[in-house]
Amino acid sequence: MAYDNAEQLEEFRLETRKWLEANCPPSMRTPMVDDEVVWGGRNATFKNPDSKVWLDRMAEKGWTAPEWPKEYGGGGLTRAEARVLEQELRRIKARAPLFSFKGKTRWCQGYSEPGAGSDLAGLQTRCEDKGDHYLINGQKVWTSYADKADWIFCLVRTDTSTKHEGISFILFDMKSPGVEARPIQLISGESPFCETFFTDVKVPKDQLVGRLNGGWEIAKRLLQFERSSISSSGFGGTGSLSPEEYAKQLIGTDESGRLLDGDLRGRLADHRMYAKAFALTVQRQTEQAKAGQAVGHTASILKYGAAKMNQDRHELLIEALGTEGLGWAGEGFDKGALRVTRQWLRSKGNSIEGGTSEINLNVIAKRVLGLKEHQ
Amino acid sequence: MSFVLTEDQEMLRETAMAFARDELSVNHLRALRDAGANGKDAKTRQKLAELGFFGVIIPDEPGAETFGLTGLGQILEAQGRTLAATPLLQTALIAASAFQLGGSPAQQAEWLPKIAAGEVTFALALDESAHFSPYSVSTEAERNGQGYTINGMKKYVPDAHHADTLIVVARTFGDSGDRHGLSLFLVPANAKGVTISELKTVDSHGAAHVTFDDVVVSEGALIGPADQGADILDPVLDRAAIGMAAEMLGSAQAAFDMTLEYLNNRKQFGQLIGSFQALQHRAAKMFVELEMTRSCVAAALSAADEGKADLAELASLAKAKAGELVHLVSNECVQMHGGIGMTDAAEPGFYMKRARVQEALYGSASWHRDRYARLAGF
Repeated sequence: MAYDNAEQLEEFRLETRKWLEANCPPSMRTPMVDDEVVWGGRNATFKNPDSKVWLDRMAEKGWTAPEWPKEYGGGGLTRAEARVLEQELRRIKARAPLFSFKGKTRWCQGYSEPGAGSDLAGLQTRCEDKGDHYLINGQKVWTSYADKADWIFCLVRTDTSTKHEGISFILFDMKSPGVEARPIQLISGESPFCETFFTDVKVPKDQLVGRLNGGWEIAKRLLQFERSSISSSGFGGTGSLSPEEYAKQLIGTDESGRLLDGDLRGRLADHRMYAKAFALTVQRQTEQAKAGQAVGHTASILKYGAAKMNQDRHELLIEALGTEGLGWAGEGFDKGALRVTRQWLRSKGNSIEGGTSEINLNVIAKRVLGLKEHQ
Repeated sequence: MSFVLTEDQEMLRETAMAFARDELSVNHLRALRDAGANGKDAKTRQKLAELGFFGVIIPDEPGAETFGLTGLGQILEAQGRTLAATPLLQTALIAASAFQLGGSPAQQAEWLPKIAAGEVTFALALDESAHFSPYSVSTEAERNGQGYTINGMKKYVPDAHHADTLIVVARTFGDSGDRHGLSLFLVPANAKGVTISELKTVDSHGAAHVTFDDVVVSEGALIGPADQGADILDPVLDRAAIGMAAEMLGSAQAAFDMTLEYLNNRKQFGQLIGSFQALQHRAAKMFVELEMTRSCVAAALSAADEGKADLAELASLAKAKAGELVHLVSNECVQMHGGIGMTDAAEPGFYMKRARVQEALYGSASWHRDRYARLAGF
């Protein structure tokens, strides 16, 4: 459906509002709780039954992928309509229904390997042409939720005589014989990532995406998306209070309301300014892009800034919490503070995942600033 | 808030950039310095007037559109690129804003057209100590029948050594440090009892200490109501900080561009030094900071034009970020140029010197960080 004037768009808004009013369960209009996040997939569980109702209704409308064409299961909305939908969802404070498409299949991303982290193109997982199928052998690491995923999109080596041009992009079922995912326990105590092993995994040939040995181009684009989505959404995981609030409560203020620890106060202000400058930069680049002005390689700039910002925030949170932030589990600690402690540890990965900060600085230096390669 | 310039503002920006590049290069400043001009540059003032740069925020007729502070910000950024010494910040921004925000209709009718035409220049005489502290004013203006008598001393007043008229912040009530009791006065620079002691400053722009010894002014010299000058001064200083931040952004960008060019030309160990990762990462980090500061300056300029309630917060953000940035970049500019950067023949040193003056005026980064925290409630 195409709306070519403001009046029709307004009509779409009213329809959308009415539909959401009727179809978004009240409990889905409350802030998301960690254990109610819906990931979908074959083994999806719904702690809150409303989550399933909400997901099914949205998926049926195609509104979990609003701008995708209808024939692929999307909503077929125009950019303007999708924005209206987004605004209306925000208006009623609706939760995102899930973090995958229809909720039918949960995906994981098979990129990094033990020997291929920052140098991703050095990956070694082998994919051999066996006539009627491909045969995959190798190991991936830092595969997010591989133990819970149904399918994987995976970078594999299809030509060992060359580096970037010998990589292909392939999809397969995680239930295929020879696939094993082992969760890795992190310093935060959580295990969102896995080591994933492939031993003689047979993959039908039509599951190769794009051309043979053309996988790197796809991966590079996807990495840009990953970096921009990380930077626009931040790294999530914010404590219930700001570091300033914790500091005020736990350290105290003078009669004029100034934090007693002057040095910490300065650093808190510094961080708050950085965060504001970052938010304004995202806003400026979005506006300039909309106005058709060249914005350049912004994903790397924003990913670098977002990582620094989130890590600084958590360092300040932990510092402001003092011993209140040093609990691990159980009684005697505030629940919010316990969450902060875990998130502080989790945030250390922000400058590593999705391209390390150093790699992002390389990208800025070479692609944006035009500095030359070392000979 | 708008981050995209209008077509008119874009044209103004291009004109200003071209003018700064062609007529107000760093070499122009060097020549003025070597001639002992100390920032006085009548010819440039004339050209700026011809370009209409003095009247960028002044409507041709009441209610007419202007380029706004955003437009003036583009010009200040351009002059920051080449470190040009011009009367624009003091006159086109500070004085014009003071009249617009606090002047009587008669004062506005008298002064704004003259400012727009470049016929008169001003200097804001505020600071009395080595550090910006706008309410720490001891200079007194005592009621005296039909007018006031001013006594006191002002330190490091930019442009006071060549301005026609001073805007003097004096105390009509209370004690130094009080917000209440400040008043703004127009005082001709050649008034009886005004002594202007010219200072040779590190940035070659010059400035002056000014003393007031029984200086008599009329009732009409008062801008806005007596004792309530801070209500005008505060928003004027926010605008001044934003304007200065725009200038600093220009300086930082130019010093960065110069550094980048050097990294792409200078060879050591048979390599371009810009191919060394230690320098690449520092350059990339500077670029990130530049981008962030650019956003803060644009947001603050736009907030002033739209009369946003968070103007003070954004002014502090812009000035503090620009302060950090301009020192980072100008210091790295000298360092990455190596020995050449230490010479007077090269330009990096000019940027480092001017950066310190830019920082000190209208609140240092530290001053604005403190205010930002206060506004945020901690």
